[in-house]
Amino acid sequence: MPINYYIILAIALFSIGVMGVLTRRNAIIIFMCVELMLNAVNLLMVAFSKLHYGAVATFNPYASTGTDAQVFVFFIMVVAAAEVSVGLAIIVMMYRNIHSVDVNFLNRLKH
Amino acid sequence: MNLILFSALWGVVMMFSGLFISNKSTARTIALTGAFLLLAANLLEMNGYSVINHDFKGMLQFERFNMLFLTVACGSLIIYFLLSSKEIEAVGNHVYEYFALIFFIMCGIGLVALFNNLLILFIGIEIISIPLYILTGSDKRNLKSNEAALKYFLMGAFSTGILLLGIAFLYGATGSFQVEKMGLPANDQLRIFLAIGIVFVMIALAFKVSAAPFHFWTPDVYDGAPTVFTSFMATIVKAALFVGFLTLFYNAFSNNYEDWKLSVALITALTLFIGNITAVFQQSVKRMLAYSSIAQAGFMMFTVFAINDMAKQGMLLYAAAYCLATIGIFSVLIKMKDYTFDGFNGFAKKQPLLAFVLTVCLFSLAGVPLTAGFFAKYFVLAAAVKTGTYLWLVIFAVLMAAISVYYYFRIVQAMYFKEGEGQDIETTPLFRIVMIAIAALIILLGVLPTALLNWLTLY
Repeated sequence: MPINYYIILAIALFSIGVMGVLTRRNAIIIFMCVELMLNAVNLLMVAFSKLHYGAVATFNPYASTGTDAQVFVFFIMVVAAAEVSVGLAIIVMMYRNIHSVDVNFLNRLKH
Repeated sequence: MNLILFSALWGVVMMFSGLFISNKSTARTIALTGAFLLLAANLLEMNGYSVINHDFKGMLQFERFNMLFLTVACGSLIIYFLLSSKEIEAVGNHVYEYFALIFFIMCGIGLVALFNNLLILFIGIEIISIPLYILTGSDKRNLKSNEAALKYFLMGAFSTGILLLGIAFLYGATGSFQVEKMGLPANDQLRIFLAIGIVFVMIALAFKVSAAPFHFWTPDVYDGAPTVFTSFMATIVKAALFVGFLTLFYNAFSNNYEDWKLSVALITALTLFIGNITAVFQQSVKRMLAYSSIAQAGFMMFTVFAINDMAKQGMLLYAAAYCLATIGIFSVLIKMKDYTFDGFNGFAKKQPLLAFVLTVCLFSLAGVPLTAGFFAKYFVLAAAVKTGTYLWLVIFAVLMAAISVYYYFRIVQAMYFKEGEGQDIETTPLFRIVMIAIAALIILLGVLPTALLNWLTLY
């Protein structure tokens, strides 16, 4: 299966995430869309990792080419988890104060 | 490496001292000790004494420029602690945690300055950003602080996603995360991925350093965050992110210079224009400083535009001049109750010394000769002239610097020439001594920029 399909799928997922961030008003949903963007990148990383491995595998099936991208994916997951914990805390703090998670409330600073 | 290690360790030490020591003001002493320790550790490493002599497989690089920048950052951190640590205490109940987060941010700054692998760059930027989200929202009852934290968080996470997409495409093109391999795509079919990758990484980093047109979060976040943390965010952190930006483009993408030159030039021009023009119309000094930080980011973008040795020298001077002056202004602003320009009316009569230091700082930000800001601006613009193209950009920058004089001098005018009561602010002798030291350093760098730059070549 050519790599193009994976790239197109990853870009489609990423674009859905970007559209969600730009159009939705609920902080939690925006947050979920950001996670979707990160996971689209994970998919892309793994696809490219296989692409580069495939290029050398015929000469040397034991080559370590491409493993670094797969390690990177784990780092992205860990960082995303750390970000979730802080982000949800901020959203909860917001909810306690104004009883809403609608980002339209975020306009007090605009003057 | 010493700095990365010690700052992470000292962050943990701060957290545990919070557990065992109930006295709040001890936190200041411990933090200040830590800051001096970081400076000493970094200076030792510059002279060849590293705590661990490990082979990092090329993940980190220890160029003189980056090490010297870290020294500047540590020095600024010490000054920041000396001037403002009392206000950090006043933000909330978790004093030790705030200091711990600042030390973790210093760890991220070390990674961003020394990276030689995109993985380290990504982790460094995240280690800087995540504690900053918390610090922005640390004033929990204040709605403005909440709002700033949420905005900063959503924007930061979004730009992280874009950065990662860029890194993924760069990996697709080259099959490596190593910075030195970025210029060479594995084969010609993959060349397009390299271009896409550079564009996305550029957008994401422009987001992080608040360059226009990705600056829109900056004024709101800087305005809403507790003023002490704004001071930290707008100076040391921003300069560090710029060093990361410059290092990446200098080491990785200089082969493709012609491809991205125009886009960086446009970002620079737009940042200068928006930052300076909008700052003119602000009524609050804090918000004016937020826009001024965008305007100064425009000048620092010149180093990324020029990517030559002079740009590195300019970046160092700019980081030092900008950090010193802005930390100085903020440290006085924090102590005031009224943040408007009128709040400064008659300040010179009440506090002649502080008014003088503020004037020196503002002159430096505006780039008046005999202050550090002048040579900083001179070096970054000269670096851009050296590339031999886009002279209009340099002329435009000089025009914009002239506009910036207007809003900086508004404060000077209010302090010296307007009638007013002048706000009462409490200062300690230490505070005044450090303020004088800032003014002295700014003037020293303005007369002898080599005092800093010689360290680049001195061994």
